[in-house]
Amino acid sequence: MQFMLLFSRQGKLRLQKWYVPLSDTQKKKISREVIQMVLARKPKMCSFLEWRDLKIVYKRYASLYFCCAVEDQENELITLEIIHRYVELLDKYFGSVCELDIIFNFEKAYYILDEFILGGEAQETSKKNVLKAIEQADMLQEEAETPRSVLEEIGLT
Amino acid sequence: MPAVSKGDGMRGLAVFISDIRNCKSKEAEIKRINKELANIRSKFKGDKALDGYSKKKYVCKLLFIFLLGHDIDFGHMEAVNLLSSNKYTEKQIGYLFISVLVNSNSELIRLINNAIKNDLSSRNPTFMCLALHCIANVGSREMAEAFAGEIPRILVAGDTMDSVKQSAALCLLRLYKTSPDLVLMGEWTSRVVHLLNDQHMGVVTAAISLITCLSQKNPDEFKTCVSLAVSRLSRIVSSASTDLQDYTYYFVPAPWLSCKLLRLLQCYPPPEDGAVKGRLVECLETILNKAQEPPKSKKVQHSNAKNAILFEAISLIIHYDSEPNLLVRACNQLGQFLQHRETNLRYLALESMCTLASSEFSHEAVKTHIETVINALKTERDVSVRQRAADLLYAMCDRSNAKQIVAEMLSYLETADYSIREEMVLKVAILAEKYAVDYSWYVDTILNLIRIAGDYVSEEVWYRVIQIVINRDDVQGYAAKTVFEALQAPACHENMVKVGGYILGEFGNLIAGDPRSSPLVQFNLLHSKFHLCSVPTRALLLSAYIKFINLFPETKSTIQEVLRSDSQIRNSDVELQQRAVEYLKLSSIASTDVLATVLEEMPPFPERESSILAKLKKKKGPGAVSVNELEEGKREGELNGGGERGGDNSAIAASNASTPSPSADLLGLRTGPPVTAAAPSAGSLLVDVFSEAGVNDDGFLSSAPPSVVSEDPAPPLPESNELLNKFVCKNNGVLFENQLLQIGIKSEYRQNLGRMYLFYGNKTSVQFVTFTTTVTCPGELQSHILHIYTCKHMFILAYTCCDKLNVQTKPVEPLIEGGAQVQQVINIECLSDFCDAPLLNIKFRYGGALQNLTLKLPVTINKFFQPTEMASHDFFQRWKQLSQPQQEAQKIFKANHAMDTEVLKAKLLGLGMALLENVDPNPENFVCAGVIQTKAQQVGSLLRLEPNAQAQMYRLTLRSSKDTVSKRLCELLAEQF
Repeated sequence: MQFMLLFSRQGKLRLQKWYVPLSDTQKKKISREVIQMVLARKPKMCSFLEWRDLKIVYKRYASLYFCCAVEDQENELITLEIIHRYVELLDKYFGSVCELDIIFNFEKAYYILDEFILGGEAQETSKKNVLKAIEQADMLQEEAETPRSVLEEIGLT
Repeated sequence: MPAVSKGDGMRGLAVFISDIRNCKSKEAEIKRINKELANIRSKFKGDKALDGYSKKKYVCKLLFIFLLGHDIDFGHMEAVNLLSSNKYTEKQIGYLFISVLVNSNSELIRLINNAIKNDLSSRNPTFMCLALHCIANVGSREMAEAFAGEIPRILVAGDTMDSVKQSAALCLLRLYKTSPDLVLMGEWTSRVVHLLNDQHMGVVTAAISLITCLSQKNPDEFKTCVSLAVSRLSRIVSSASTDLQDYTYYFVPAPWLSCKLLRLLQCYPPPEDGAVKGRLVECLETILNKAQEPPKSKKVQHSNAKNAILFEAISLIIHYDSEPNLLVRACNQLGQFLQHRETNLRYLALESMCTLASSEFSHEAVKTHIETVINALKTERDVSVRQRAADLLYAMCDRSNAKQIVAEMLSYLETADYSIREEMVLKVAILAEKYAVDYSWYVDTILNLIRIAGDYVSEEVWYRVIQIVINRDDVQGYAAKTVFEALQAPACHENMVKVGGYILGEFGNLIAGDPRSSPLVQFNLLHSKFHLCSVPTRALLLSAYIKFINLFPETKSTIQEVLRSDSQIRNSDVELQQRAVEYLKLSSIASTDVLATVLEEMPPFPERESSILAKLKKKKGPGAVSVNELEEGKREGELNGGGERGGDNSAIAASNASTPSPSADLLGLRTGPPVTAAAPSAGSLLVDVFSEAGVNDDGFLSSAPPSVVSEDPAPPLPESNELLNKFVCKNNGVLFENQLLQIGIKSEYRQNLGRMYLFYGNKTSVQFVTFTTTVTCPGELQSHILHIYTCKHMFILAYTCCDKLNVQTKPVEPLIEGGAQVQQVINIECLSDFCDAPLLNIKFRYGGALQNLTLKLPVTINKFFQPTEMASHDFFQRWKQLSQPQQEAQKIFKANHAMDTEVLKAKLLGLGMALLENVDPNPENFVCAGVIQTKAQQVGSLLRLEPNAQAQMYRLTLRSSKDTVSKRLCELLAEQF
């Protein structure tokens, strides 16, 4: 996989993950182009598009579009299910996920993605194992934060 | 701010995000962001040291701002500080910031790498994973330099936790992709392959991506992965849906892993080990069978996962291209999908069938779906699906259906989406040319193309139609008549005017006899378009006019008047003015003879690859535009270097036949100047394009319909030489295969004797009757070389006798049941050295139709080699002894295959000579020695093969006591490497 984009129906980018080295301007240009192209698609159209020498695989979940760009020889259907598994992971973690969860907890959305896909390839496809890893990390986080949270928040924001 | 915080969040961050979301305008958002940036900057610069939590919060805000699309130019240092925090959550934010925002800032990279190093050696799996994720996300060369040595160790260490192994595998993959030179193969590589056997499915899933990538680059080093992958796949495919627990996805066992395993296998040829291959074929069959089972769930995820595996399996089947049975099953399965209600499946089926269409085994099966595909082209609502349908029609097109497909594509063009018109035009043009049986159809098609989609007809297309008309005199009259008619339309496309101008200028005389298209009528028709055309077209028309003066002296005064008019001779465009002046002068001072010479008909164009095909290849070619290349729109025009102007210039320049001007090449397009003197005959036109049609069309099934097949043995198949070459260095394999019949061969040789077993397999379900085979010797052999015997139950039935080979054939059963195989034994005796192989003719009736085909029996002179071992000294002594010029044959040729030492050795051994080690002072070179055993004499031969890896060339030298042997061996071997 070369990159993954999550964006809203209004074309607002909610998450972007790049697995190939690109400059910021290139990233911006590509996102704009891909978002525009996908938003122009009507429902019931097929989920795959040829774009440059890549394939775009996308699916819409409520107000959010999930969109992956994969190399030409990649398997489109399995990429579609990569998207679905990621949605399932988000859903399980946030408890029926919505766009706002991803906006306000964007860093979590990135962590979950890293546990699931690394360097553009599926790292762990078991839902249970991914969530276990995230929960373990959250446990570490809580241990670290509980004693300080009340004190630290005062006067610092 | 209220001082309440939950354990898992940064309240300040949440408030900031809400603020941004509440901004009514872009300006308000920027204002709010600038305020925040100022605040953070002051905090970072402030005297009071910030604690970890605040740092984390501010860094996270910066990250958010960056992801909104704003530039961030500070905060990197604070983020790097977070990396060395021992609180997980701070470290995590630090790593995230680095992953998203790192740039090759040298001093920071050093700090970052230090922090990563600490985490990697912390032995805390969570920290190790964070560090590995960061390396994988950044994947820069600096990181590869720092960690490419360390990560393989982590990956294969016995005590590494599974989750760390997974991250390490993919991290290494990323580094290998960025800097393959820094990831050194070593002891770890063999252990990585064995991760395919790991108990933890997650580890296998991650590791296999790495193994696949490494295998693509170093197939030999990783080839043990094939059998491991097959057994893993077999276990998954045969497992019940619950066996794999959490790796089962909507009742499909391990779909991701299955796909990756199938993809890995596509890096290799079919397994050679029979057992492994059998197991794999079984897996593929099971996958195909499962597609027919009722779904275990109605959820789309179930069918997607299941079909993802199916499509990957089909890709593998196509990649092997050796199992006709599986190929046809795959094709049938895809045929079902063509009508599926899921758009995605229809799309993928069309796409996948495109590759099946190019396999000789499944081409016919694909063709049976033509109506469905045409229907898809007409009715699919999604342009990307229609595009796939058009691609498939193009791929399945051959001589039998070209007219139908071209007609459908033309009619689709009338309403086609703008985005795919240009490509469609190219495809129609190529198919029309490739499969044109009569060229009037070709001309009609291209003119229709210009009429329907003139704007999308690139120069290549109209140049090409002119090339073809010029080179084929049988179509010139028709072309002139047709363009003349097309030009009658009140509004015609400018490209039509160009083609019309050019063709009438050359061949208008061929229709001038008809009063309705008399010279003046032709001229007036062309000139009526003149004022609506662009400058380049007008320039072309002016050239057509001067050609008219030569063709039709009666038009001279009219045309001179036009040239003399102010609008021409004083035209503000320099090119037009110059042409008008020059042509006017030429027509008034040159004698008729001079004029006739200067304005002579265009000479034929030299043949080369169709430029249209080249263009389509370029358009579709992989990597035509990659993500990294942002420059858009390759300017086609530039490639033709002022193309528009040249089309007609060449008419003059080439006719002058003096020095070919650079523009003279424009019709020929890019490669070399036109060869005016040595023009090929019209008959050889298009040979290059037709050869593309290859085996599919020239195979005896399609080219020999029953009615025209005679009882005489057919001439040898065009590919029979190629088939013969396949067996020079090996004795067993499949000699021939088509839709009906497969012929396998096993042979053994000793001294001057050989025995060959032929296996005829009926691939259909219908019996073959009156199956007969005959072995004959071609010209040279017939007179004096080969002896062929045919015997039945030990009685000699047929006895083909020549002086060089004795061939004794036991006849086959006249009847072969559907699916059955029969065997035939042939005994061969070599009497003297020979060049041509004996011919094997096979005749039988299939469903009443006579099939008649002739192949070359792979008996070549080298089969009778006896290897001779000798020491270096002896070798060179004999080499010197064979020093007469005619005893040596030498060839220098380009490598056709990868220059792999092991493969070369295997081939030389297969040749039958002894491969001599430590003889040639240059270890790169190969030397061999052997004696050819014939009844009449023994012929000693020495061989030397010198590869030049840099130039990808070989020099092959053979010396034999007999000149014909050296020559023949040299010819045979030059095809092998």
